[in-house]
Amino acid sequence: MSRYITRLRMRRAYKWNGRPVSKDRKLKRQYYESMSISVEGKTEDVTVSLGQYILIEGDDDDNPFVAQLLKLYTDDSGKKKTAVVQWFVRTCEVPQNKRKLLGRHPHPQEIFFYQDCSCDNEVDGETILGAVQIEYVPVEDPFPKGKSKGILFVKLLWDTKSFRALDPELMQPPQSSKSPPPSSRGPQTRALPTPDLSVMKRAMSGILTRGSMSTGKMSSSEAESLHSASKLSAAKALSAKRRSRAVSGPHVRKKLDLCSPSKNMTRDDVLGEILDEHTEKTLTSKLNTSPTGRISISIRLTRLNLNEEECVSPLSSHSPDKPRMTAYDKDESTRARTPSRRKDALREPALAALAEEEHEDSPVQTAATPRSKRKSAQLVSSRIRKQLNLLGNTVDLQSDGVDGDDDDCFVPAKIDLQSSSDEEEEAKIDSEDELIVKKRRGSGTSRSTEKTRVSARTPRKTPSKKTAPATPHTPRHATPSIPSRSAPARKPGNVLEEARDIYNFVESKVIDGTGGCMYISGVPGTGKTATVHEVIRSLQQSAEQDEIPHLRFIEINGMKMTDPHQAYVQILQKLTDQKATPDHAAALLEKRFSAPAPKKETTVLLVDEVRHLLLVTLISIGYFLFIILFDWPTRRNARLVVLTIANTMDLPERIMINRVASRLGLTRMSFQPYTFKQLQQIITSRLNRVKAFEEDALQLVSRKVAALSGDARRCLDICRRATEICEHSGSQKNSSGLVGMSHVMEALDEMFSSSYIAAIRCASVQEQLFLRAVIAEFRRLGLEEATFQQVFVQHQALCRVEGLQPVNVSEGLTVCQRLGSCRLILLEGSRLDLFLRIRLNVSQDDVLYALKAD
Amino acid sequence: VCKRQPETCSDSCNNITLHKLLRERLCHQKLPDQPVGLDSQYKHLLELLRRTAVHGESNSVLIVGPRGSGKTMLLGCVLRELMSLREVQKNVLLVELNGLLQTDDKIALKEITRQLHLENVVGDKVFGSFAENLAFLLEALKKGDKSSSRPVLFVLDEFDLFAHHKNQTLLYNLLDVSQSAQTPVAVVGLTCRLDVLELLEKRVKSRFSHRQIHLFSSLSFGQYVDVVRAQLSLPPDFPDPKFSDEWNHSVTKLCEDKTVEEILRRNFNGSKDFRSLHSLLFLAVSRVSVSHSTLREADLIEACRLISADSKANVLHGLSILELCLIIAMKHLNDTYDGEPFNFQMVHNEFKKFIQRKSHSIHKFEKPVVMKAFEHLLQLELVRPVDSGVCKVQREYQLMRLMLEHGQVMEALQKYPQCPTDVKQWALSAFG
Repeated sequence: MSRYITRLRMRRAYKWNGRPVSKDRKLKRQYYESMSISVEGKTEDVTVSLGQYILIEGDDDDNPFVAQLLKLYTDDSGKKKTAVVQWFVRTCEVPQNKRKLLGRHPHPQEIFFYQDCSCDNEVDGETILGAVQIEYVPVEDPFPKGKSKGILFVKLLWDTKSFRALDPELMQPPQSSKSPPPSSRGPQTRALPTPDLSVMKRAMSGILTRGSMSTGKMSSSEAESLHSASKLSAAKALSAKRRSRAVSGPHVRKKLDLCSPSKNMTRDDVLGEILDEHTEKTLTSKLNTSPTGRISISIRLTRLNLNEEECVSPLSSHSPDKPRMTAYDKDESTRARTPSRRKDALREPALAALAEEEHEDSPVQTAATPRSKRKSAQLVSSRIRKQLNLLGNTVDLQSDGVDGDDDDCFVPAKIDLQSSSDEEEEAKIDSEDELIVKKRRGSGTSRSTEKTRVSARTPRKTPSKKTAPATPHTPRHATPSIPSRSAPARKPGNVLEEARDIYNFVESKVIDGTGGCMYISGVPGTGKTATVHEVIRSLQQSAEQDEIPHLRFIEINGMKMTDPHQAYVQILQKLTDQKATPDHAAALLEKRFSAPAPKKETTVLLVDEVRHLLLVTLISIGYFLFIILFDWPTRRNARLVVLTIANTMDLPERIMINRVASRLGLTRMSFQPYTFKQLQQIITSRLNRVKAFEEDALQLVSRKVAALSGDARRCLDICRRATEICEHSGSQKNSSGLVGMSHVMEALDEMFSSSYIAAIRCASVQEQLFLRAVIAEFRRLGLEEATFQQVFVQHQALCRVEGLQPVNVSEGLTVCQRLGSCRLILLEGSRLDLFLRIRLNVSQDDVLYALKAD
Repeated sequence: VCKRQPETCSDSCNNITLHKLLRERLCHQKLPDQPVGLDSQYKHLLELLRRTAVHGESNSVLIVGPRGSGKTMLLGCVLRELMSLREVQKNVLLVELNGLLQTDDKIALKEITRQLHLENVVGDKVFGSFAENLAFLLEALKKGDKSSSRPVLFVLDEFDLFAHHKNQTLLYNLLDVSQSAQTPVAVVGLTCRLDVLELLEKRVKSRFSHRQIHLFSSLSFGQYVDVVRAQLSLPPDFPDPKFSDEWNHSVTKLCEDKTVEEILRRNFNGSKDFRSLHSLLFLAVSRVSVSHSTLREADLIEACRLISADSKANVLHGLSILELCLIIAMKHLNDTYDGEPFNFQMVHNEFKKFIQRKSHSIHKFEKPVVMKAFEHLLQLELVRPVDSGVCKVQREYQLMRLMLEHGQVMEALQKYPQCPTDVKQWALSAFG
């Protein structure tokens, strides 16, 4: 993030040198020879011309991407500068496990010619950092010594599978600037520089599918991501940057960090989708591994997603010269009503316009013909048209640095986590926290112009999830448009992947005026309720601004009512403010949801802890409530969206009878326990900028909790306790004042360590003897249960051994009962007196350990 | 005479004051000034509740410790100190619930609304259903916020019993409030069960902060004796300094006595908690009177005897010779058959064998008389039917078990007044 900011500060100005050398009417492109880049604060401009080797902005500031410039062109408006390049990879960008294929240590300045046709080789001209010198070294020759550090050597060719000798011819820039000859790029016959049309389309369709699949009726998003992950092995191999599987695994879907720069997850998903749709192996591996391809995809992705709605229009707007409309394209555009709201969803409309123009201009990119008759899609495209008119020419005016306004726009976002469990830190930190979170959210996503009325639903979902790939060649900021965006007016506080799916689901239903039911499961403390609240909150904001139809939110909680019948009463009361008996309420509700919804508003019903409603209901009132939850949403015109939350994943299966199961188009979603990284982010976001914890201490807490339960509440509780411990001990030792490992360990001990051992150690002598007697008797009997009489005999014997006066039966029973009340031992049949059955509630080893240490 | 009158008067006055003072201590009528040996726990709990009371931070905590370890006392002391702050006194609402009294959520909710005086808020509105009650209470709690609402302390005594309520609705809701930005609440649970967390449903457990304050006494015997001395000593502000000096001196001497030390150690070995100590001391102190103005060694010995007496052995002392003989017969049966159950007929046979051998010393009883005696033992629950469910069997043949230990029988025989020697010998002999 910080890097992102610094780069922005060092602004570069890009200018064409001379006049266009050629022009492509059809594509409305003008080609140039060279471009000059002037860097703020430096006097001389850098000029890059065709055939030169250039550096392109990437993830890593120290190792920008290297490429050879093949073409430079601009579109009609002259605003967007695009460069077509041939990529080179650095050693560090070659996947770790493939490096050994080289068979020797790579030279520090060595780079490889990158050959992969599926890689997008179009980059934004404004990501070019400058020129670099590359020297071709024949394979047999040693690397020249004593040359300047700045010079890079190329010897071999890397085609994502192996290293091969590089034909020096390939290093020559192509002559035709219009369309680089596809065959000139080495032994493989694929067109290297031109983005393969089908690839592009797949990329787009992939994106869209992704969006729709998350809301698709039967697809469990989790399974899907797993699926994609498994298919991804080739891609995995490549991604040196995607180091930790933890980040790219399915749990990562829940990225809480608002502005995390790593977009791995989404990336995976996108790829996964691509792969899902098209299993042509070769192609996919190319796609995955080729850096350029990625860039282009990501660029498009970003745009498409940003303008979730808008993305429909490029697809559905005409490009008659594109006959390649396929079945799934159509599919896509219809499904696009649930546009995937990706990370960058917060682009301002102007951008959308830009994107749109580009799509229209470029035959390569425009893929679909207008087929979508969906209401939402139409609505959306009309909105986009409007937008285009309004904002088509204002891109340049909108620049970054709107940070200042953000805080104001963000006020509503403040409660996201707070709602689930507040009061983590002390009062002071707490209040500060809120501010900071707000602020952070603002600045984190601040590069986008202020949200305008027209910008459909763009700027609200998933602020920090960029679609940009996290693979070596991921000039995330390669698009010119990104830097010019400023903060959207508002967006939901956190970036839960789940949130996005829920959001998509509800929003699509609201827009379509249909109903549906979603089942959300997950263990406690994974943010289910908080996420839904957050989603609803942001939806309601959109509704206020008339972006989507009005919706009404009703919440009931199965645990917060005394019996399930009260659900009707509560729903009715919240819906109409009427009071009624459960039966009457049920009848009224039935009437209400059978008729078309009044005022055309959608009702969103959140049913928390649904298990408590269902189990009893099934027996007593014969599916009625059940029907509310699962049948009503499917009725036409009822406009009821039901979100149900429970802990168990298989609740629907367990309680559903076939006839019920058949009528629910149930969308599932499962919240995974937090991983330690997410927990860490949660903590940091809570105490943002208040440096209260040592890094290690934070790690310890989050790892420990992740290993135990992944419960965010637990995590925060531990931190809270640790700060208290620190506060108390802080006065004595003059430590750094930070919460350190020792404090955290102490808190963890307090909360997780079993108290049995301590209890045994602190027990009185007779109690300890009794426990010993129990064990002795167990050993004698070879059973894990004994009667009091048997144990008592042992107890008396032990007393004599210890030289104590033997206890009598009454005393013995007292001791036994006392141990029983602490549940160190379990007693059964307390009326049986001497024949009371005794079992240990602790393992024998623990008892012996505790007694020995005494 | 004139001189002696005021003296006896002052003696009896002293005695009354002494008894009153010690009774307050030993019968837990008054909180001690400072909990003994629980300093860190005291600080922790005080700090925690203070945060709720003063800063409005919600929290939840469990105080876990064996019976008699001072959980309620600790909480009482903390609340006393907390309430002495003026800002707290005015602000904090205290709700005390007990799992033994509020046996289900319905009663508990009624009690909460009553203690929060919420019924006044709605004026004449009659609190109807349980459901309304819950909805109302939750609404009330939800409306509050950290800064403006008065914090509410919920004290749940016998916390584990609340976990047995249906669905744990009450706990879920209280803990849910404590985890969200609503009215600040502190939920303090008192329980003696170490495994209390396992009783909580996972959704309830997740909402609980997992703070547990354990009260395990780690007193050494020396400290224990110090506590005894402190408990018995009179405060310096006692009205008659001479009397109190004398008393304190005698207490100090008493504690150094070997026999007393042994008694105390025995008690200490049995249980470290102060409740059993208090009952011992209470018995001893109650023997102090005007004529018997200091606590003596004999008082403690007698108290110890009373307290450690085996209840069943005491019952045996009141039995007739015939009943005692039956018990002995049963004991022999137990020995012969290794604890297998027996019936009346077997006992009677055993008894008859004994009578035949020693016909001169024991009166010969008719079978119905023996039966009657046996039934008396049954009523005293010294013998018990093996399974009460099957009563179809004739009384004579119903299987029974002796509820006495070998040692108890022997001890009773030793102490039985004027027990015939034949009977004693029979009991001691290896076989009937």
